[in-house]
Amino acid sequence: MDQRRFNDYQKENRFFLNRAVVAFLFVLVLMAILVSRIYFLQVVEHERFSLLSENNRIKLQPVAPRRGLIYDRNGELLAENRPSFSLTLLKEEVDDVDSLLEDVATLVELSATEVDSFKKRLKHRRRPHSTVPLKSRLTEEEIAKLSVNFYRLPGLQIEADLVRYYPHPDSLVHAIGYVGRINERELKALDPNKYAATHYIGKLGVEKYYEPLLHGQVGLQRVETNVRGRVMRVLEQEDPTPGLDIQLSLDLKLQQFTAKLLEGKRAAVVAIEPKTGEILSLVSNPSYDPNEFVTGISFDDYNSLRDDKDQPLYNRAIRGAYPPGSTLKPFTALASIDSNSVPVDHKVWDPGFYQLSENGRKWRDWKKTGHGRVDLNRALAESCDVWFYDTASKTPIDVYSDYLGRFGFGQVTSLDLPEAGRAILPSNEWKQRREKQPWYPGDSLNLSIGQGYMIATPLQLATATAVLANRGKWVRPQMIKSFIAENELTDEQREIIQQLQQKPTPPDIELNHPEYFESVIEGMVNVVNAPYGTARKSGVGASYTMAGKTGTAQVVGIAQDAEYDSEALLERQRDHALFVAFAPADDPKIAVAVVVENGEGGSKAAAPVAREVIDAWLLGDYTSELGDD
Amino acid sequence: MSKDFHRSVSPDQSGLRKQRSLWSYTHLDLPLLLLLLALCVTGLVILYSASGQDWAYVERQAIRMAAGFVALVFLAQVPPRVIMRVGPWLYLLGVALLVGVILFGVGAKGAQRWLALPGFRFQPSELMKLVLPIVVAGYIARYSLPPNVKAIFVSLVLIAIPFALIMKQPDLGTSLLIGASGVFILLFSGIYWRWIFLSAGVLAASLPGLWMIMKDYQKQRVLTFLDPESDPLGSGWNIIQSKTAIGSGGLSGKGFLSGTQSQLDFLPESHTDFIIAVIGEELGMKGVLVLLALYLLIVGRGLMIAVKAPDSFSRMLAASITLTFFVYVFVNIGMVSGILPVVGVPLPMVSYGGTSIVTLMIGFGILMSIHTHKSMLRR
Repeated sequence: MDQRRFNDYQKENRFFLNRAVVAFLFVLVLMAILVSRIYFLQVVEHERFSLLSENNRIKLQPVAPRRGLIYDRNGELLAENRPSFSLTLLKEEVDDVDSLLEDVATLVELSATEVDSFKKRLKHRRRPHSTVPLKSRLTEEEIAKLSVNFYRLPGLQIEADLVRYYPHPDSLVHAIGYVGRINERELKALDPNKYAATHYIGKLGVEKYYEPLLHGQVGLQRVETNVRGRVMRVLEQEDPTPGLDIQLSLDLKLQQFTAKLLEGKRAAVVAIEPKTGEILSLVSNPSYDPNEFVTGISFDDYNSLRDDKDQPLYNRAIRGAYPPGSTLKPFTALASIDSNSVPVDHKVWDPGFYQLSENGRKWRDWKKTGHGRVDLNRALAESCDVWFYDTASKTPIDVYSDYLGRFGFGQVTSLDLPEAGRAILPSNEWKQRREKQPWYPGDSLNLSIGQGYMIATPLQLATATAVLANRGKWVRPQMIKSFIAENELTDEQREIIQQLQQKPTPPDIELNHPEYFESVIEGMVNVVNAPYGTARKSGVGASYTMAGKTGTAQVVGIAQDAEYDSEALLERQRDHALFVAFAPADDPKIAVAVVVENGEGGSKAAAPVAREVIDAWLLGDYTSELGDD
Repeated sequence: MSKDFHRSVSPDQSGLRKQRSLWSYTHLDLPLLLLLLALCVTGLVILYSASGQDWAYVERQAIRMAAGFVALVFLAQVPPRVIMRVGPWLYLLGVALLVGVILFGVGAKGAQRWLALPGFRFQPSELMKLVLPIVVAGYIARYSLPPNVKAIFVSLVLIAIPFALIMKQPDLGTSLLIGASGVFILLFSGIYWRWIFLSAGVLAASLPGLWMIMKDYQKQRVLTFLDPESDPLGSGWNIIQSKTAIGSGGLSGKGFLSGTQSQLDFLPESHTDFIIAVIGEELGMKGVLVLLALYLLIVGRGLMIAVKAPDSFSRMLAASITLTFFVYVFVNIGMVSGILPVVGVPLPMVSYGGTSIVTLMIGFGILMSIHTHKSMLRR
C-alpha cells in the first residue's frame, strides 16, 4: 500500500513538476507580452504619445489688454480700470446648467437679468474652454461663500478682471460715453483674435470712437490646464500691450461746474475753444451713471431710465434737435449782407409785424409794439424779427442754405463724437425731397429767425459760433487733445490714429466782404453790452467783452394773433431758451452754446448759464450766481 | 527540484528537523514576506502620487495593508489540513452569501456586489476567490491524480456555481478570476493536455454565447477595447488617456509627482485600476520593469513553494493562488496598456482599495502555511 502510494506520489510529482514548469513558462511568455507592449508604448510610440500628452495639458490662452485710461486736459482721470471679481462658468465642465444656477442662487443673489444675460451669452460663439460671466462685482462675502462651495460646484470659477470705472459718472457720461459687455452683434463684427480675451467694448461716445486705440493688443499665454480646463499654472506669457491712454480736451472742473449749473433742468451746454476746436465742456442734463452699464444694467433699472420723461439717456448736447431760434440770426444776417441781398446798412421800419404782401399774413415780431427803425446792429442786439423778415424776403433760399452750410449746420463736423446728429439744414432741394413742395417765401422768413424747418444741435450752434468768433476760420470740434506716450506709438497705432483723424475740417469761410464779420460781431457784442441788448443783464460787470445772441424757440405753434401766455401753457410746452456766445470778442478763447428746454427766454434762462461758464473759463470764477430760477 | 521534493516527503532526511529556525516557528516565508513588503511600499509610494499627493489615501491603504499582513500571519499558522477541512463549509456559506447578494445586495453602476452588514459592506465574491480553489483542490486530492472524468465534472460544477452567481451580479472580471482559480487547480491536477486543448477550443467556440449574455456596459467595454478611437470622449477616453500616460513616460518617465496625465486628472481612475499608468508616466519603462520584476519574483517564489509542497492538495492550491495572483497582474496591466478589454481588475497591492489586498494577503498566508507545515499525510 505504502509502496503504491509512493509510486503514485512519484507519478504525481512528475506530473506536477511538468505542469509547474509549463505554468512558469506560460507566466514568462505573458510577462514578455506585457514587456513588449510597454516597450512599444514607451519607446516605439513615445514621441506620438508625448505629443498627445502635451496637447492634453497645454493650451494657449489669450490675455486681455488693459484698456487705455482717459484723462482730461489737466491730467485728471476720467475713466479708469478697477479690479473686479466675477463669477464665471466653464460650460464644458457643467452637465446641467439650470440645476447649477439653482445651486448658485442659494449662495449668492442672482437677479433675473443676470440669469437671462448669462443664458444669452452662453449661446454666443466663443472659444472652447473659455468662461462665460454669470455675476459681476462680487463682494468679499460672496467670494467667500462661493469659494467654500467650489468643491461641489464644478465649472464655477471666480475670475479677476479689470472693469471700467468712471469716477465722475453723471457729469461725464454724455461727453465720453461708456463701455459695456460685448453683445452678439458686436461679436460678429469684431476680429475674434484681437478680442479673444476682452469682455468689454466702447458702446458710446469717445469710448466707442477711440476703441481701436483704447483696447490695446491681446496677449497670449501658454497655460497648463487640468482635464476640466482649469488653469494650473502659466508656462509662458506674451504680455498684452495695454491700450493707449488718451487725453481729452475736456476740463473736468469746467465740466462739473457746467453740470452743476444745469442741475434740475433739461438742458445742454457745449463749450469749444475757438482756436483749436477743442471741446472744453459738453454737458447734457439729466444724466445717468454709466458704471451701471459696464457690467450690465438690470432690466428694471434700464426701463426706468428709458421711460423717464426727462429722458436722461438722451444726449441733448450732440443729438438734441432744437429750432435754433434767434441764435441763428447772426448767421442769417451775415448771409443776407455778404451776398449783397441787402446792403450792410439796410434799415427797416418795424411796426411790430411784417407782411410779405398787402393784407397778407402778419408775421409778428416778438415785441408787439415793434422796434421802430432798425439797422443790422439793433436787429441783432434787440433781436428784431421784422428786420430779418424783410431781409429774408430779399435773400434767396439758396444763399441761406449755402452760408449756413458753410458754418456746419446740417452736417456732422465734429471728429470723435460718433452719436452727433446732423439735424436739419433746410434748402429748396431738401424741401422738394422731403415735403414734395417748392420753397415758399414764408419758409425763408421762418428760417431767417431760426424757426420753421431749421433744426440744430447745441454742438452745431457752439461750432458755428466758434467759427464766427474765428472770423470764418474753421476748426473741427473734437474731444481728443493728445495721445499719451506719443513718442512710443507703434506703427499700427499711428496708422489707426491717422485713420481716426482723417475727417476733413470744412474749408474756411471766405466772405465777399470779410469786414462784415465785424459788423455781425458788433451786433452780438451789443446783445450783451448795449443798454438795449436782449442779454444786457448777463453782461453786467464782465471784465471782458462777450459777444452773444439770445434765442427763444417755439415748442408749440402759436396761432396768428394769439397771445403767448406762458402761464397758460404747460411747462413742457413753454419755449426753449437758447444762447450762443463767445469771449473775449476780439480774441475769442471760448465759444458756448446753451439750450435750456422750456426755459422760456434765452436772456432769462440760457444767457446767465453762458456767462457763468465763460467766467469760469476766462477768470477761474467757479462760483455760481445763478439763483434757483 | 525533484530532489527537494523527495527530501520534504522523507522524514528520515535531517533537513526539516535541523532547520527549525525562528522563521519556522512563525510559519512565515522570509523571501516571500520581503517581496510582499517591497511591493506594498512601492504601492504606497505610487499611491501618494496617484492620489494627488493625498496622505489620507496613503494612510488608509497602509492600514489595509497592515490588516492584510495580520491576516497573512494568522493564516500562516493554520495548517493546510485545517484549511482543507473548513473549505466545503466556507464554500456553502459563500454560495449562500452570493445568492444573498443577488436577493438583497447593494451596489453601484447597475451591479450588485455587496452585502450591507451593520457597520461595513462585504463582498462575498472576495471570500469565494479564496474558497473555490481550496474546495476544488480538496475534492480532487481525495482521488489519485490525474482525476477521472467524474472528478473533473464535479469540479467543474463546483466552479460553475460561484462563476454563474458572480456573473449575474454582474461582475465579469471577478467571475473570470474565480473561474480561473478553479480551472488552475484542474490544470495542475495533471489532466491530459488533449482535454485541456479540447476544452479551450470549446470555450473559444462558446465566446459568441458569452457575448449574448453580457450586459450592455460589458459589451461596450469590449467594443471600446477593439476600437478605442471610436468614442474618444466616452468609453474610449480611459484607454486613450492611459496609453498616452504610459507612452509619454518614455524610458525614464517624467519624474515622480510630475506626470501631467496623472497630476492634471487626464488619467481617470489613476489611483485605482489605472495606477500602472501613473508608474509608466512618472517612472517610465524602468519603473514598470522594476515592478514587473517584483511580481515575477513573487510568482516564482509561489511556484517554488507549490513545487516543494508535501501533498497534492497543497501543491495545487499553492500553484492556483500564485497563478491567480499573476492573472491579476496580467489582466490589469494588459487592460491599462490596451491589449485587453477594460475589466475591473485592480493591480495587486498597488491599486487603492480594501478587499482585494486583504484577500491577496490571506492567499499568501495560505502559501506560507503550506510551505511551513509538515505533510498532511500521517505516516
